[in-house]
Amino acid sequence: MNDRIEKRLELRASVSRVWRALTDYREFGEWFRVKLDGPFVQGQVSRGHMTYPGYEHVKWEAVVQKMEHERLFSFTWPHPKSLEKADYSVDYSGEPTTLVEFRLEKTATGTLLVLTESGFDKLPGDRRLEAFRRNDGGWTEQMKNIENYVAQKP
Amino acid sequence: MSHKNRSGMAARRRTHALVFAALGDTTRLLLVTKLCSGQRYSISQLTQGSKLTRQAITKHLRVLKGAGVVCSVRSGRERLFEFQPERMEELKKYLDFVSEQWDQALSRLKAFTER
Repeated sequence: MNDRIEKRLELRASVSRVWRALTDYREFGEWFRVKLDGPFVQGQVSRGHMTYPGYEHVKWEAVVQKMEHERLFSFTWPHPKSLEKADYSVDYSGEPTTLVEFRLEKTATGTLLVLTESGFDKLPGDRRLEAFRRNDGGWTEQMKNIENYVAQKP
Repeated sequence: MSHKNRSGMAARRRTHALVFAALGDTTRLLLVTKLCSGQRYSISQLTQGSKLTRQAITKHLRVLKGAGVVCSVRSGRERLFEFQPERMEELKKYLDFVSEQWDQALSRLKAFTER
């Protein structure tokens, strides 16, 4: 399957701890690197801006889909028009978005977190891929940025 | 064909395999598998050996064309269909990029909740 991303992560923290980190907008903002204007409310738009270094000019906008207590947190969000740092901007034109889901499960040692992001096949192709079509170097550059970043802050 | 080309093609085929799964339709998968060889095919050629009608094949090709997976070129009175690997490779790269960003974010979440 290539129209979705799935990540499974074991956390040595209780389900309620992880739930709070996901759904408390201040806690979410801390690890996700976004400054949100207010709490997440099911069915409502969440707004803010990124605090990720180099992307501070990027707005955050998502629609909270589900908040099933300590079980499922999901939202939909738009995707960037371009991945090049200088003109990285998110497409808010009302085109299809992708769905992000965080599912929590209690384990013997803590919590199993399953993240999925799906719906990439519905994103308009020309916007989705403009950056790559235009300049493959931009992509390579971006990957290097990430690598450097990770090396500096393991 | 050189070894290099052949391994390049194998790598491409692996990428395509993922794409086919996403397409999730047996007929379109078969069409793409055929077109994947790099050769151009007419609708009649693609209909041959299939239980489906020319009309049905045309409909599936339209879907593939809409997704940018194939393109068509005119050759005389015929329309020939050709596979376009670029779109699929770009999609894969984009998914890799998003996937990488999630890895970063989730490792921050892990550190955050376990501290």
